Amino acid sequence: MYQEELKKQQPLRNFQRVNEIIEEHGKSRDKLIPILQEVQKEFRYLPKEMLSFIATALGLSPADVYGVATFYAQFSTEPKGKHVIQVCDGTACHVRGSMNLIKKLKEKLNLEADQHTTEDLLVTIETVNCIGACALAPAMMIDGKIFGHLTPESIDAILEDLLKNERRKTNE
Amino acid sequence: MDYITINNKNVPITGEEKNLLEVIKKVGIEIPTFCYHSELSVYGACRMCLVEDDKGNLMTACSTKPRPGMKINTHSAKVIKIRKTIIELLLANYHQDCTTCGKSGHCKLQSLANSLGVDKIRFKPRKEYEELDRSSLAIVRNPNKCILCGDCVRMCSEVQGIGALGFVHRGPKVSVAPALEKNIADVECVNCGQCVAVCPTGAIIVNDNTQDVWEALNNPEKVVIAQIAPAVRVSIGEEFGVPEGENSLYKSVAALKLMGFDKVFDTAFTADLTVVEETYEFLERLEKGERLPQFTSCCPGWVTYAEKNCPDLLPNLSSCKSPQQMFGSLAKKYYAKELGITPDKLVVVSIMPCTAKKFEAKREEFKTNGEYDVDFVLTTVELARMIKEMGINFNELEPESLDMPFGFFTGAGVIFASSGGVAEAALRLAAEKITGTTFDAIDFYDVRGLKGIKEAAITIGETTVKVAVVSGLGNAQKIIEKVRKNEVQYDLIEVMACPGGCVGGGGQPVPNDMETRKKRAEAIYKIDATMPLKKSQDNPAIVEIYRKWLDQPNSEKAHHALHTNYIHRKRISGMEISDETTENIKKLEVSICVGTNCYLKGSYDLMQKLIALAEEKNMTELLEFKGTFCMENCAHGPSVKIGIDNHKYGVQKDEAEVFFNDVIIPKIKSLNKTTSV
Amino acid sequence: MNKTLTFNELQKECSKIIKNEKIRINICAGLGCVAKGSLELYDEFKKVLKEKNLDTSIDVLLKEEKKEGVNTIKTGCIGICEAGPVILITPGDILYLHVQNKHVREIIDKTILNNELVEEILPKNYDGAVCKNIKEVPFYAKQEKIVLRNCGQIDPTDIRDYIAHNGYTALYKSLFELSPEEVINIMIDSKLRGRGGGGFPTGLKWKFAAAEKDSKKYVVINADEGDPGAFMDRSVLEGDPHSVIEGAAIAAYAIGANEGYIYVRAEYPLAVERLQLAIQQAEKYNILGENIFGSNFSFHLKIKEGAGAFVCGEETALLASIEGFRGMPKPKPPFPAQKGLWGHPTIINNVETMACVAPIINNGADWFKKFGTPESPGTKTFALSGKLKNTGLVEIPFGVTLRELVFDIGGGIKDDGKFKAVQIGGPSGGCLTEEHLDMPIDYDSIKKAGAIVGSGGLVVLDDKTCMVETARFFMSFTQAESCGKCVPCREGTNRMLEILNRIVSGEGTLEDIDLLEEIGFVVKEGSLCGLGKTAPNPVLSTLKYFKEEYLAHIEEKTCPARQCKKLEYYYIDPDKCKGCTICAKQCPSRAIFGIPKEPFFISQERCVKCGICITVCPFGAIELK
Repeated sequence: MYQEELKKQQPLRNFQRVNEIIEEHGKSRDKLIPILQEVQKEFRYLPKEMLSFIATALGLSPADVYGVATFYAQFSTEPKGKHVIQVCDGTACHVRGSMNLIKKLKEKLNLEADQHTTEDLLVTIETVNCIGACALAPAMMIDGKIFGHLTPESIDAILEDLLKNERRKTNE
Repeated sequence: MDYITINNKNVPITGEEKNLLEVIKKVGIEIPTFCYHSELSVYGACRMCLVEDDKGNLMTACSTKPRPGMKINTHSAKVIKIRKTIIELLLANYHQDCTTCGKSGHCKLQSLANSLGVDKIRFKPRKEYEELDRSSLAIVRNPNKCILCGDCVRMCSEVQGIGALGFVHRGPKVSVAPALEKNIADVECVNCGQCVAVCPTGAIIVNDNTQDVWEALNNPEKVVIAQIAPAVRVSIGEEFGVPEGENSLYKSVAALKLMGFDKVFDTAFTADLTVVEETYEFLERLEKGERLPQFTSCCPGWVTYAEKNCPDLLPNLSSCKSPQQMFGSLAKKYYAKELGITPDKLVVVSIMPCTAKKFEAKREEFKTNGEYDVDFVLTTVELARMIKEMGINFNELEPESLDMPFGFFTGAGVIFASSGGVAEAALRLAAEKITGTTFDAIDFYDVRGLKGIKEAAITIGETTVKVAVVSGLGNAQKIIEKVRKNEVQYDLIEVMACPGGCVGGGGQPVPNDMETRKKRAEAIYKIDATMPLKKSQDNPAIVEIYRKWLDQPNSEKAHHALHTNYIHRKRISGMEISDETTENIKKLEVSICVGTNCYLKGSYDLMQKLIALAEEKNMTELLEFKGTFCMENCAHGPSVKIGIDNHKYGVQKDEAEVFFNDVIIPKIKSLNKTTSV
Repeated sequence: MNKTLTFNELQKECSKIIKNEKIRINICAGLGCVAKGSLELYDEFKKVLKEKNLDTSIDVLLKEEKKEGVNTIKTGCIGICEAGPVILITPGDILYLHVQNKHVREIIDKTILNNELVEEILPKNYDGAVCKNIKEVPFYAKQEKIVLRNCGQIDPTDIRDYIAHNGYTALYKSLFELSPEEVINIMIDSKLRGRGGGGFPTGLKWKFAAAEKDSKKYVVINADEGDPGAFMDRSVLEGDPHSVIEGAAIAAYAIGANEGYIYVRAEYPLAVERLQLAIQQAEKYNILGENIFGSNFSFHLKIKEGAGAFVCGEETALLASIEGFRGMPKPKPPFPAQKGLWGHPTIINNVETMACVAPIINNGADWFKKFGTPESPGTKTFALSGKLKNTGLVEIPFGVTLRELVFDIGGGIKDDGKFKAVQIGGPSGGCLTEEHLDMPIDYDSIKKAGAIVGSGGLVVLDDKTCMVETARFFMSFTQAESCGKCVPCREGTNRMLEILNRIVSGEGTLEDIDLLEEIGFVVKEGSLCGLGKTAPNPVLSTLKYFKEEYLAHIEEKTCPARQCKKLEYYYIDPDKCKGCTICAKQCPSRAIFGIPKEPFFISQERCVKCGICITVCPFGAIELK
């Protein structure tokens, strides 16, 4: 299961990777956000121990770095799912019913209103502000790929597809 | 002459004024502010200081420089409305228990709400109640009362150079929290309480120990004695309307006696003792030229800071305990016997300007027969509260004198309260010892004053003693960097965590700004100037103590009672990065510290090398490498632990191969002898 | 081509692209068209052209051998996003809409080889006649393309195409024929105003920064386009990145800066990619970096990615973010032109503003002032969205009226709706109503009407849109994006949102309207930065023009536009109800009462609004009101 996969990927090897990222960017303050972005890309979230470590490497206080990490919407200190579904809630999409789609997605994945990630860490649902695909409203991005002109039915189909692929992978 | 117009009054400006607030003060008006602090960077968040110009533009008085010709209205209808609404919005979220809040009467939100006439709050709290953070012995954090002014964040970061508190999250979820939203006691906080000094509300307050002390006072089986710190006498009066800088020592004694203290003594006495012990220690080091510069050790905030951040400098710290702890030690080890009681029946209460003293008192190494040398620490504000609780009319009290033998002190002991005091007191003794002659009071003006970093080269006879005096931990860090790089040569460095010294401690009455600290310090030096004895070595009570109990300075007995040693402390608790691949083979765990100090010494490279060696020798199946945070072995790092063995090895990165062959391989062998693989 | 060519030589080389190109097929590769298959369309075109031996590309055109050829390129957004995939054939400016792979052969046979038009895919104007070229299309007729001059006409991934179309001539002119003061004077003369929303005179801003004495200065381009519904900057970055780079370099020369940053929001990965490529190519040809074109002037441009914070579109917050801090604004003064990045003089300009610089330098201030109005010269891009027939990206000269924009260009309201209002300026803006339809669009007229031009996002609302919900939606956006530093914005917008939520749920009171205005005033006047200061605008604006909707929500607990779900209620028409009891039996919350054979009624307290009753009523007696 993905959760075990995630656990196995953990710590030591990753700690080395963080160090490499820091060395690549350089240790000045203005590199903090690019470093966090790359660490997040690598691990899909920002593990708290890593934040402390990054703080030390850059000569900043951990409270400071944690403050930066929690300010920006892109960063997450909680593990994200393997697949990230970002549903656009910009004006055009909102006007064409994005909220309803989010509700449907969460229902299908058995998520409570304040939950964003499934228990098995497979899918995370996020609401984002305007991805600029207004002509395709309502739209969403799954792992960076855009799906437009969504309806409750098409959303259902897309999600079903994704889950089916995952099931097939675990069975292999 | 340039001038600006404020409320239709012309006010001349010199051009040196930092901001409009300063100019407006000249007219006699204090604009309300929350987030402005003259010693911190301008933040501009509370918006209370908005003023309006003649074109209807609004600007914050804290961030706007006066320009000739400006026409300002400090109380136009617009800005009044905004101020009132801001208070209303803040109160809407606030956990309002003014009646029982420790800050009641000193809270800016409370007084502004009152003076601005905010009589209706049309909103309900929008956040859930958050539990208080009571993890620290020194301070208590109440996030429900935080108005997010950021003063504590900026004080801890800009002045103290620590940054234990920071803003987290964004928008409505913003709050002020320690790193990773842990408890304050679990992060780099050194308990200095400067955050308390700047917090305008009850969001961070001093940890209250008054109930413990009441209990002790009311316990017929206990003898309760008090020691009053020098800084307290020139500040406690502020809580009772006495002008800043008056000496309220003898009224305080009277109050304490009324409260039920059996004896009241003076920490200035043991300050004199500290001077003797520490100066002797210093002169010995000076002669041998070793372990210099010597850092003072009476400030517990500084000591904790050094333990957490400068383990390499711990050998340089004076091994002397602080005056508070010397007192407690003597009380429990010797005085109890004189009173004819066992140490457990003696309760030592210290009255301090300092919040870190509460942490210091509970250090495990400061115990006698399992009893803490100092049982409780009360800050100035807590004592004031107890006095009010008892309904004592402080100003009407008849002064009473201190008890003996610990009530006799010299000017040198009193000046401990101010930054530079310890250094000056030490110099007064050192001068006599070096020259071998006695002479009348020596005033070392170079080390006095509120500047953060002071340097002096004092020539005594043929010797020149180079002294540095720093207050504020940010300044301390600057000097430490220079010392490490050998850019400066000092013999003695006095470090006080609080800017200005103990007169500005976290437990002092508010307002606790630099102006107030200046007045308190001036009062301290006035007391010193009027004392008949100004040198610790002249204190007959001190001489007596040595004769009765301690033989002589730095003797074995003195060392046992009055000296201590220091430990390495981790800065953030509870974080391990571990590998969890458990299989049937018994793997030998090799833990390598990646905390700050070890990291800076190359622990990461060490780990790389060890891993590479393991691969080379085909032993990766038998080893499990772990990165951990701070093993508290910082001076010897990089630190390595093997298995569950507590022994910490200090392994330099070029010793990797030797370490692998000599230590790791034998351990693998011995571990796997018991397995069947 | 190698690096050691002078600019003149480079230009001559690149001009061969135009000279030798017989026909160019521009295929829109903007998001909308890509989603509808424009990339596959491109592949199909290339395939068929190759078959017919007509295919050519830029590299081939640069060698003088191939004289005849059809160049097919993927371009930036052409604008008429509803009608994608869109292609534009030049010369001739023939626009084809809804183009599918099946049309490719016909287009090549008829239009490319025989100069004939394929009527099926030509745009049609409002009376059904076909538009033979782009200028006849109502959507484009009143547009003037300065910022978008190259979008849809050049290949954004190849700097040589940009140079072939007059690219970087303004930079060259600035460096070798004009002094920095002269450049600034041209910009001041042109009266160009900041297109990010502030509308501050660009030339003046540059002048302030130029006057500062500091050896280190910075140029920062604000590409943190965060207004929901705005994608103008994104289109420029993806479709014509070099126009922005050129503008930045000229700005740097003018103020005396050698370093620049372009701050792009994280949600625009393609824009970042295009910029990276563009900067790389510019550096390769000595157009960025040390000694540009062999002059004394050096300029290094770096990309900084945002991390998901709308507030970082505010200048001082943006600078804080570049420096590695939480993106929280600072009090102004000091202004960035005096004390900006790391305390040095910094100018921050929007993407669109930068894209205007090169044409102004090349054609002069007077040319620029020919467009637009005296106080708002030039053009402005708008992202049209909402209930319009023609949504998409447009660029109009200031002075075009709202009516022309909504009805002539936008095609009017779709789905038989009735025009109600236009939300302009996004979450910082206000609404314009029927009474403003004949108002010219320019900075001052719109300000007088109580709104702002903003970054150019324009949402058209019809009678089925609830203005209260619109205000609430924008307020919830602003609240979520507030940085939380200052009390008025953090607390004030939170409370305003609280009140609006109550109102759309039917729990509002009349006092709430006064409270909204009161708190709105404090937030507007007391906030630290532009986000807070403009946050109440949608609310105050809708209160001004649509108070009756608010009152309906409060007093009658109804939503006139039928959008607020919580205010809908089910109602049994007593004239139609026969008392058959079917609905009462089906109602899961037992909310329907009555005596059999008499009209029944629904108890609103118990009704959970599931809608089962409507579906089971055999007489159609139940309505949703």
